[in-house]
Amino acid sequence: MSNDKVKADLAAYEAKVEKAIAKFPERANIPKQRIYTPLDIQNTDYADEIGFPGVYPFTRGVQPTMYRGRFWTMRMYAGFSTAEESNKRYRYLIESGATGLSCAFDLPTQIGYDSDDDISEGEVGKVGVAIDSLADMELLFDKIDLGKVSTSMTINAPASVLLAMYIAVGEKQGVSADQLKGTIQNDILKEYSARGTYIFPPRPSMRLITNIFAYCSKNVPKWNTISISGYHIREAGSTASQEIAFTIADGIAYCEAAIKAGLDVDAFAGRLSFFWNAHNNVLEEVAKFRASRRVWAKVMKERFKAKNPKSWMLRVHTQTAGSMLTAQQPNNNIVRVALQTAAAVMGGTQSLHTNSRDEALALPTEDSVMVALRTQQIVACESGLADVIDPLAGSYYVEALTNKIEAEAWDYIKKIDEIGGAVSAIEQGYIQKEIQDSAYQWQMDVESGAKTIVGVNKFQVEEKPVEGLLRVDASVGVKQKKHLAELRAKRDNAAVKEALIALEKACKDEEENLMPHILTAVKTYATLGEICGVMRSVFGEYVAHVNL
Amino acid sequence: MEKRIRVLVAKPGLDGHDRGAKVVARALRDAGFEVIYTGLRQTPEQIAEAALQEDVNVVAMSILSGAHAHIFPKVVNLLKGKGMDDVLVVGGGVIPESDIPALKAAGIAEVFTPGATTGTIIDFIKENVK
Repeated sequence: MSNDKVKADLAAYEAKVEKAIAKFPERANIPKQRIYTPLDIQNTDYADEIGFPGVYPFTRGVQPTMYRGRFWTMRMYAGFSTAEESNKRYRYLIESGATGLSCAFDLPTQIGYDSDDDISEGEVGKVGVAIDSLADMELLFDKIDLGKVSTSMTINAPASVLLAMYIAVGEKQGVSADQLKGTIQNDILKEYSARGTYIFPPRPSMRLITNIFAYCSKNVPKWNTISISGYHIREAGSTASQEIAFTIADGIAYCEAAIKAGLDVDAFAGRLSFFWNAHNNVLEEVAKFRASRRVWAKVMKERFKAKNPKSWMLRVHTQTAGSMLTAQQPNNNIVRVALQTAAAVMGGTQSLHTNSRDEALALPTEDSVMVALRTQQIVACESGLADVIDPLAGSYYVEALTNKIEAEAWDYIKKIDEIGGAVSAIEQGYIQKEIQDSAYQWQMDVESGAKTIVGVNKFQVEEKPVEGLLRVDASVGVKQKKHLAELRAKRDNAAVKEALIALEKACKDEEENLMPHILTAVKTYATLGEICGVMRSVFGEYVAHVNL
Repeated sequence: MEKRIRVLVAKPGLDGHDRGAKVVARALRDAGFEVIYTGLRQTPEQIAEAALQEDVNVVAMSILSGAHAHIFPKVVNLLKGKGMDDVLVVGGGVIPESDIPALKAAGIAEVFTPGATTGTIIDFIKENVK
């Protein structure tokens, strides 16, 4: 059928619709265009823009076989209380068929404080596991073979310290660093713009990150040195296009910093990974995943002149949207997570965490985590969504939406370039303000009823409080403090002091890579708080300025 | 002219989830309140001191890390210690229903949980501020 015929038929269709909607008006707050046709993608060249999986620009996926070879890694984010408790949960997940670990750390750990610090009071073991020293890390991975499992750690400001601890545990198990597989989040820029667990100012933070890139490219070659994260940007309220645009702008900043530090782009770019949110609007999300791969491939090939195809690939971990879970009628969240899972899978994710139904209320119980994991297994094995690669390609709507999201992302990237890059855009509060404005708009739309959230602003019922929520034992803090006191008494404190002095000296010398010094300190059982304390004393702390 | 209601929106504890706090702060501002937002990682002492310095009528705290049971009552006590008994203290965040009675007994006037609208929060403050 020629485009002229499509145009004529479309005009006839629209005329008919005009009459129909005079009698039966359309719903408000849905996309303006009601139907998509070949006209919407007539300028999209299949070979250049869509192509084949495993081939530039990777719109259809980064691997040639995608899920026909093996499914995505089902990686459930977990951790709470003490290292012993979390170790039990990890072993339960592995026995239930999870294929990778994902460690959640408590807030004192994420901000580089020990459990016995005053500021940690009330927070120890609450949102993740408390790690104060290598001793806790040894317990966390007890009877888990680091040569077999791949481990993702959600750790940013002190990522270097936790990675060093992981390397040290591996050594004790007889697994050399070059065999270790996993990821550290290590994405400080989104901490300033969206997530909030920063410690140091941007400049020394960027140095720590490039130190890790350099160290791992030589010593821990299978490690993903960063997970450049849009997840938290979206959770903070951004749109889909903003999520990928701000994240790719962060990615550009990391590449520039690493290149400026003397690294060859192909030496580190293949170990960069990404982290997307799987939100509620299924088709928009699929388009987002596809658009993001295309944008990143172009950035790496055209802007950074990377030569290795691995450097062009946007490999991504995904988590379903926590902010879309409702405290009302929590079982409905199972359905939301299933749809979000479908989006991530049709979007071609490399790994996935599915949230549990009770997470708008508390950390999930073991039972609800099981349902969340089973959701992935049902989508993988029963739904057929994983049988054919990139099944929505060629949909007029999804291709047009992919183009639209890509164009919006380029607009933002251009704007951020004009501001002077992601670091400047964050320092000026531009990215934060854009996210805040979107979050506010969302809330106003929910309150006006323009957006429907089932059980929240429509279809509400009277409910009894949910029972059987997971509660973190308040004695965790006391236990951790006791362990720490024992550790400080029995370790070789002279060796600790010596290692910390060496680290301080290295911090002051910008040419020095800090990783070997941190590794030495960790092995003396210097605590996370002590190590970060040394870095705080040299680097200072970041202070945020908020414009409402 | 009637004096405008002054609200300190505060993020105690260590969690960085400030989407809710910022949305509420802006909604309160748009509703005609004077709003001061503390930013992240405020200790109870810092919050009480800021409330005193800014001479606020309301302290609105948001916490999503589970540390509410420890932190909210501490702020109330510190405010009392500074003679600010008449300040309306409200809280919000991921807070299990079963924790709310104890928080109210400790002097938190109301606790807003996920799904609460900014309209509800604005109305509550207008009706209860002293």
